[in-house]
Amino acid sequence: MSNLFPVKLEGALVRRAGTTLVGPLNLELQANGVTVVLGPNGAGKTSLLRMMHGIARLGGGRIDWACSPEEARVSQAFVFQQPIMMRRSVLDNIAYPLRLSGLSRVKAKVVAAQAAADVGLGDMLDRPAPFLSGGERQKLALARALVTKPKLLFLDEPCASLDGRATREIEEILNRAAGHGTRLIMSTHDMGQARRLATEVLFLLNGNVYEHSSAEAFFGGASTAKAQAFLNGDIVE
Amino acid sequence: MEIWAGITEAFWLLITLDADLVEITLRSLYVTLTALLIASAIALPLGALLAVRRFRARRLTIAVLNALMGLPPVVVGLIVYVMLSRSGPFGVLGLLFTPTAMIIAQVIIIVPLIVSIAHQALRELWSDYHDLLISMNTTQTQRIQALLWDGRRALLTASLAGFGRAIGEVGAIMVVGGNIDHHTRVLTTAIALETGKGEFALALGLGFVLIAMAIAVNLAIHVISRTERGGRW
Ligand SMILES: Nc1ncnc2c1ncn2[C@@H]1O[C@H](COP(=O)(O)OP(=O)(O)OP(=O)(O)O)[C@@H](O)[C@H]1O
Ligand SMILES: [Mg+2]
Repeated sequence: MSNLFPVKLEGALVRRAGTTLVGPLNLELQANGVTVVLGPNGAGKTSLLRMMHGIARLGGGRIDWACSPEEARVSQAFVFQQPIMMRRSVLDNIAYPLRLSGLSRVKAKVVAAQAAADVGLGDMLDRPAPFLSGGERQKLALARALVTKPKLLFLDEPCASLDGRATREIEEILNRAAGHGTRLIMSTHDMGQARRLATEVLFLLNGNVYEHSSAEAFFGGASTAKAQAFLNGDIVE
Repeated sequence: MEIWAGITEAFWLLITLDADLVEITLRSLYVTLTALLIASAIALPLGALLAVRRFRARRLTIAVLNALMGLPPVVVGLIVYVMLSRSGPFGVLGLLFTPTAMIIAQVIIIVPLIVSIAHQALRELWSDYHDLLISMNTTQTQRIQALLWDGRRALLTASLAGFGRAIGEVGAIMVVGGNIDHHTRVLTTAIALETGKGEFALALGLGFVLIAMAIAVNLAIHVISRTERGGRW
């Protein structure tokens, strides 16, 4: 279904100012499902997602997609931990990636309006995006990321600081996207959300993968003590 | 009393729509707005490019621009004069002592100012947008376009600063324009002339017209930009 996968990481790592933020990682991800990246603050979740997406420079090792890196790049989108609002209307924010891909202004707006409606922003198309609430921003960022129908979507804590209702709405959108064949790789601190969405789990600690297993296996009883402690809600270091 | 006489003078010049005054004012506007248009077309994309691109000479370029910003206008005028004078490299064009020469001098004076202010504003916007636009695989041109469009309000301020500098400038345009009646005389050079002749009331009157015009242009541009999107950012 998706020609990006399987993707292989071999010794992949990100460095910044002399320290290694994440890696070296050896990892293979398959075409289907929702990968949830778990781990305490500073574990390297954001760094891992950014590295895979190609916005953090690879400091060593390699990442091999099933297709060319350029092709891989254009079939991905990223929703950031802090959603980035362009200083334009909600509609124009969502239309922007479509305009980049060469769609006419009129067509882009039609498609964007539908995408906005899909995430429940249908009645605030003309609102300046920087004036949206946190939950609305997340929805906008999601709609903007999904509007080009990426094969792979990275999400960095898409529901951090959202209330239960907004979280549920966003999870619905994610489920729908996954149902349409978008591969999801997301980080979260919300264990409930991880259980609801994950088909596989990557447990990170100190920039390394401690555990990579199916969701049932992980939540059924993690195989490493650190992961088990994390699941139990203990503080792991 | 001089001020009072100046105000009365300005008032009379205005309500009688004094032909010379109208001509000089229109020329001032023509020269400055043309220079502003050209300078903005050069400076705004350049400011965006400096914000978006990390090239080796970037810091140096910015330092040079800041230095150019403090360039004395008379010196700019002098250089343009030498370039355009009959024996200079562009002498054949016959531009010396024409409004075009004044426009050239003003462009050189305000480009560094506009670039500098634009760069300042857009650098901030770029640090907001950086991750998103990189993630979306934008080309450099697309990044610059996005910054110019979304930063347009800040850029308007940059251009207005350029307008303010150009409309009040006298040294350079005096040198390259020559303050020739009915040909290159503008408000500022006329003020300098009348002051020199001791016609303080008339000079003050022209000064008030100049101030009024600067305010009017600023207001007009702000009103235009405000109606566009309700002035919300
Ligand atoms: N630009 C940077 N320069 C230096 N260190 C950085 C940089 N970005 C991240 N780090 C460090 O790298 C480590 C991993 O950061 P990362 O953001 O990937 O963690 P995270 O798992 O996403 O944490 P959180 O749950 O808080 O979002 C942290 O210790 C962080 O301080
Ligand atoms: Mg993070």
